[in-house]
Amino acid sequence: MVAIPLLDIQNLTVEFATRRGIVRAVEHINITLAKGETLGIVGESGSGKSVTSYAVMRILDRAGRIAEGSVHFTGLDVRNAPEDAMRDLRGREMSMIFQNPRAALNPIRKVGRQIEDVLLQHVQAAPNEVTEKAIEILDRVRIARPRERYHAYPFELSGGMCQRVVIALALACRPRLLIADEPTTGLDVTTQKAVMDLMVDLTRANDMATILITHDLGLAAAYCERVVVMEKGRVVETASSEKIFKSPSHAYTRKLMRATPRPGASLRGLLPEDMSEAAEKTVKASPKPNGKTKSSDKTKAPLLMVDKLLKEYPRQGLQSSLAKLFGPRPAPKPEVFRAVDGISFTVDRGESVGLVGESGCGKSTTSMMLMRLIDKTDGTIMFDGEDIGAIPAKKFARLPLRRRIQMVFQDPTDSLNPRFTAARAIADPILRLGDPEDGMPVRARCEELARQVGLPLDLLGRFPHQLSGGQKARVGIARAIALKPDLIVLDEPTAALDVSVQAVVLNLLQDLKESLGMSYLFVSHDLNVVRLLCDRVIVMRAGKIVEQGPTGRVLGAPEADYTRDLLAAIPHPPV
Amino acid sequence: MWSMTLKRLMFAIPSLIGVVIITFLLTRALPGDPAAYFAGPAATQEAISQVRAKLGLDKSLLVQFTRYVGDLARGDLGNSLTTGQPVVTEIRNRLPASAELTLLGLIVSVLIAVPLGILAATKPDSLIDHACRLVTTAGVSLPVFFTGLILVYVFYYLLGWAPAPLGRLDIFFSTPPQITGFYLIDSLLTGKFDLFRAALSQLLLPALTLAIFSLAPIARMTRASMLAVLASDFVRTARASGLTPFTVIVTYAFRNAMLPVITTLGMVFSFLLGANVLVEKVFAWPGIGSYAVEALLASDFAPVQGFVLTMAVLYVALNLIIDILYGLIDPRVRIEA
Repeated sequence: MVAIPLLDIQNLTVEFATRRGIVRAVEHINITLAKGETLGIVGESGSGKSVTSYAVMRILDRAGRIAEGSVHFTGLDVRNAPEDAMRDLRGREMSMIFQNPRAALNPIRKVGRQIEDVLLQHVQAAPNEVTEKAIEILDRVRIARPRERYHAYPFELSGGMCQRVVIALALACRPRLLIADEPTTGLDVTTQKAVMDLMVDLTRANDMATILITHDLGLAAAYCERVVVMEKGRVVETASSEKIFKSPSHAYTRKLMRATPRPGASLRGLLPEDMSEAAEKTVKASPKPNGKTKSSDKTKAPLLMVDKLLKEYPRQGLQSSLAKLFGPRPAPKPEVFRAVDGISFTVDRGESVGLVGESGCGKSTTSMMLMRLIDKTDGTIMFDGEDIGAIPAKKFARLPLRRRIQMVFQDPTDSLNPRFTAARAIADPILRLGDPEDGMPVRARCEELARQVGLPLDLLGRFPHQLSGGQKARVGIARAIALKPDLIVLDEPTAALDVSVQAVVLNLLQDLKESLGMSYLFVSHDLNVVRLLCDRVIVMRAGKIVEQGPTGRVLGAPEADYTRDLLAAIPHPPV
Repeated sequence: MWSMTLKRLMFAIPSLIGVVIITFLLTRALPGDPAAYFAGPAATQEAISQVRAKLGLDKSLLVQFTRYVGDLARGDLGNSLTTGQPVVTEIRNRLPASAELTLLGLIVSVLIAVPLGILAATKPDSLIDHACRLVTTAGVSLPVFFTGLILVYVFYYLLGWAPAPLGRLDIFFSTPPQITGFYLIDSLLTGKFDLFRAALSQLLLPALTLAIFSLAPIARMTRASMLAVLASDFVRTARASGLTPFTVIVTYAFRNAMLPVITTLGMVFSFLLGANVLVEKVFAWPGIGSYAVEALLASDFAPVQGFVLTMAVLYVALNLIIDILYGLIDPRVRIEA
């Protein structure tokens, strides 16, 4: 007896009309999904995994169309169904959960009302009982105090909470198919685990089929029965999660597996076989530290010493500003929020230290204070024997000392001036603060830096939008090392990159550190990446340091419960 | 919400003080000697200085300013030298005429421009999008006096549908009792429907002229803002939830796209209110713009000062209303304030 599959995608091709002609985002793919099954679609950006899901829901943009093949949902021909029929299906029979939950919700409509909209649209509740129903659904996605939260706007909720609301929206009508498109990207690991567990519980309880679209093989394998691997619009492999992990058959799957940071992997091991050998060669070819010993190398004092660093922000009260204008002075002690609460740590020369923690733990505030972009409230920041914490942020930007601390930012696109070419971006710090290699023409210096970070020289004339993510990351790194700094603060430098690109960039960072003798402060939420790159780890939570020590010890045998929780929340493939 | 409103009001005080000082100084800096002007072309030097003393122009600037502020505090904006009427009375009579015209023009404009912008945004590069582009381009590139004259030529001279473009009301009608100063509203309040029709027929052509001119910024802003919102994630979510296109476009997209449109509306309104002199001239409209221009040409201080001050107060009030509207539409604004 062969049951009709819930979803049957046959030979699907999706085309987009772009300025440069027709682009095929998805080519001849076949995917089937049985009732109640959980399927993962894994691939890097541009693999066509999201486009596939849009085609299933038939919500492609105006420019996109299904060019070939068919999509059948419980026997209904999605490609040729009238729009009215499709609208009835969407939200009621198949729904979708999106990446970036805050943006996926209407910012100026109460979340409860948004759930009501869906319920009323699909006649799941009578108008007089719809509010109760919406509150009940909020309760079902385990939102505490649902009656209150019904009236909340998305900006008043945390990212994880917003994702629960999006799940509530998607599951309000108990659909038969749920498509989750990168549902936890950008969320903290512990939140990710809570959201994924919730999703699995709810879909299982209601016997829904789920498609989980993700770039994270580990996540897909941990939560799905079957995994489809996509590359450049094609399906390269379909197998059970266990089989994919134990014996991946396709070269691309193996490459993805290799590139995913995981316990037991080495930094070099992330690169594909042929590239890791090449990487060894580049290390040898790259210029060695040019003999010039830095003045204070002999002293064994750490490069950076942070002591009882504190940053307070005034908590914005609603009436406070008015109270200040009228009436007597408010109570003597204004309420403050401690973003960073008296932390102390050191970074040695040539050492790389990982600063990990979940969003809101104060790691970014800490890095901004070290970069002297914002002023501290209290404590000291000693850099190479000088108390740079005492120098006001505005003044510090013009000091020669500024050259010696540089930063690489999280978003390689947003951190580049869109009107600067790559060469101009790299030259920027040199033009502003002066080149340590005096007498060398700026252009030649840019080319040397480009060679150091492995950026082809013919790309130097391009603008950021003409470069790929990995290339932009290289420009950002070249800019940071242009002044030969002693310390680089890396703020999640690979969070926006695909795993294979991340593998290359991480290796590049390691090579540069060795050849230039720099120290890194590596801010990240990804413990697996930190494990590969860092000598020591600092775990932060709510502005305080929970635990710090050598990487192997902290991540291997954590002392603090919080570190253990963080480690446990990382999705583990079923091996 | 209330605290925000109060705070905005308080921020308006310094700018109003600034306006008072600047209008006073500016009118003093105007070329031309009002005393010589009013004494007449044949006046002797003696007569001129007599007029000057009468006007208080022989005193120092500081004394003149204190007197001006003192009068202002009592709600006295001085008398117009050309008409001899108190400026307050004249403005009270003329401001409603301008406001009625501008408001109606703006309402007509919004009724056309907003749907046009929304349609153009939902179907980019379609026929309606091109039509929208054509209409808006034509609207801004034709000068208002030109569109005004064309409308008069066609609808009054050729077709005879519209009454003669001679002010707010045909001479056979007597003005309604002043309640709001808006003829349309006053005539309705007093139940005089024939008067309402007469006032409306006088109002239609000039209002249409203004509407054609103000169409462009509103339609373009609506289109651009809708395009941005329609491409956002939450609209995709709404679509994926199976909501009807109407709900998606109106409840989800348009409410979010409204904020920049409202800002544009405020700017267009305050611009039109003071700057539609040309329309007022073409239609012999007894508005505030032509009043100010005439006074300016006659070096008549008091009306100019009164005009600028009135406009400044209106502008502040308008901005306040826009801020409050913002707060009503977007809950995030309420918190930030």
